[in-house]
Parts: sequence; C-alpha cells; structure tokens
Amino acid sequence: MTPATKDEVRDAFRRGIAVAIAAAPFAVLFGAVAVDNGLTIAETALMSATLYAGASQLVGVELFNHNVAPWLVVLSIFAVNFRHVLYSAAIAAHIRHLTFWQKATSLFLLTDPQFAETERRADAGIRVSYVWSMVLGLSVYVPWLCLTIVGGFLGNLIGDPKAIGIDVLLPIYFMGLVLGFRSRANWLPVVLASGAGSILAMHFVGSPWHVSLGALAGVVVAALMPLDGKESEVAIGKTAEGEA
Amino acid sequence: MDTMFHLQTLLIIAAGAIATYLTRVGGYIFITRMKRIPPRAEAALNAVPAAVLTTLVAPAAVTGGLDVSLTMAVAFFAGLRVSLLPMLGIGWIVVMTLRHLIG
Repeated sequence: MTPATKDEVRDAFRRGIAVAIAAAPFAVLFGAVAVDNGLTIAETALMSATLYAGASQLVGVELFNHNVAPWLVVLSIFAVNFRHVLYSAAIAAHIRHLTFWQKATSLFLLTDPQFAETERRADAGIRVSYVWSMVLGLSVYVPWLCLTIVGGFLGNLIGDPKAIGIDVLLPIYFMGLVLGFRSRANWLPVVLASGAGSILAMHFVGSPWHVSLGALAGVVVAALMPLDGKESEVAIGKTAEGEA
Repeated sequence: MDTMFHLQTLLIIAAGAIATYLTRVGGYIFITRMKRIPPRAEAALNAVPAAVLTTLVAPAAVTGGLDVSLTMAVAFFAGLRVSLLPMLGIGWIVVMTLRHLIG
C-alpha cells in the first residue's frame, strides 16, 4: 500500500467505526424486534445482509407482524428507501470516475452516513476513491450484520416488549428521523398532512393502508406547495442531517 | 425454531433487497441520463422521507394508549433539542416510569 492509500484506509475506517457505534443500538434493536415479530435469526441476518437499510428493515419487520400483503411490505420498504435515489443522484459527479463494477458494489453500501461522508469528502476537494468508499462502507456493514444477529438472540430471551418498554422505541426512533428532516422545505405541511392522513386512513380504511395513504397525502401537499426556486440546493445539501 | 427460512419471508426479503438496491443505483442512472428534474417532482421526492416516516409515528402516538401518547409528546420536545440516542433514552425512561406509576 502506498502511504496515500494507507491514509485513506485509516480515515475511512475511523469514520466508519464511529457510524457503526452510533448505529449499534439500532442494529440490536432491529434484531430483537425482528425475532419478536416472528422472523427466524437466519431470516433476520439475511435481511440485514441484503437490504442493509436500518429504517426500512424496521418498517418491513413491523409490517410482517400485521399480516400485511407481501407486495405492500415490499412497496413500503421501497418507499422508505426512496431517499437513496436522491443520494445516488447527488453523489453521481463524485463517483463517475469509478468503473462499472466499482460503482455497482460501492452503491450497494450507500446509506445515510455513507452519503453524508462522501459529500463531505468531495466538498473538501478530495477525490472519492473506491478503496475509501469500500472501507467506509464495510466498517459499517460488518458490525451492523453482527449486531443484528446478537439482537436476534437477545430477542429470543425478551418476552413481552411492553414490559421492558421497547415497544415505544420504534415510534420514537421514526419520530427522531422525521424531526431530523425539519430544515427541509415544506416540512411542517408535509408532516401535518401525512400525520392527519395516516390517522384518518387507520380509522376509516385500516392498517396497513395508513402508511401509503398518509404518505401520499404528504407528498401531494409538497408537490402542490408554492416553489421557492431553491429545491435542488435543499434536496442535495440538507438530506444527511439527523439521519441514523 | 423449526425451520431457518420460510418461503414467503424469503421472497419478501429478496424483493425488498432488489427494490432497495434499485433505489441506490436508480438516482445515479437517472441523473447521468437526465439533465433536469421538474421542480414539482423534486419537491415531492424531497418530501418522501418525512411523509412516509410520519405515518409510522402519528397513528401509534394517538391509538397506543395514554402512556404511549404522553411518552411520544415528551420525546417530541426532547427531539427538538437532543439527537436520536438520548431521545430514545428519555422516551424509554418516561414510558417505564409511567407504566410503573399507572400500573
């Protein structure tokens, strides 16, 4: 390894481990909740290994428990992960120099922190290399997968989630993510529309339709709001804040 | 645990993984072919995370019982000041205290 590569590896590993530590409780939480909702530990591990997107994994597992139609579970996972479309669009210019397979593999590891760190590195005027991307991504991916399995074993020991108060952790976690987006354009009208829409849909249509109908209400409101002419800056500059 | 995998669960995970990967490469493929996203479409896309995630919070906060509603209210105000992990800690302490007091 050249000294430059060594520095890249060290920088990427250091940042990756920091993210992994911050995400650790969620990995354990996911594993415990997944097993609690009827998944086996092997299925739980497979989900972390192949989806590798915390919020959507929790959403998917939450819906498993409601006996939701399979296509709707997949659609919900897709909907929660849709923000990655914006991320990969935003970092396109920074990773264009990579080969096809380098892009195909490093984009598999694209998460909220991976996006944020990539943007930060490019902003600092440093070229985003394949080695740096993969070391950063894998030093989050491997702990995430391992801690999911640990959580799965803990989940088998946990009886009633209500008794130890972990049933409120998911809604609070999602509320934290929602609050993390509060600097975005139209945040309040979107949240009010989705909140009201989902509560009404839950009451009149029933679960799980409250997710899609409520989300639709928020998205339609955002599309109909007056444009402030700064949408692209908001979309690219602010997405990373506060997301786990 | 009788089996390690169930077919339907396996198919959902596989489809979810493919859908997720498509979102991760989709933006790159789209933007390197397109010149400009229509502003209203971009505004709608920009609202997707908050819109989707809110639907997972609001009904739970309203229909989960008094202990959950109060906890969510406290966690909301905590979330305006602190980051995710302390917010979770505060919420957990509040709900455990409420359940201990109420029964």
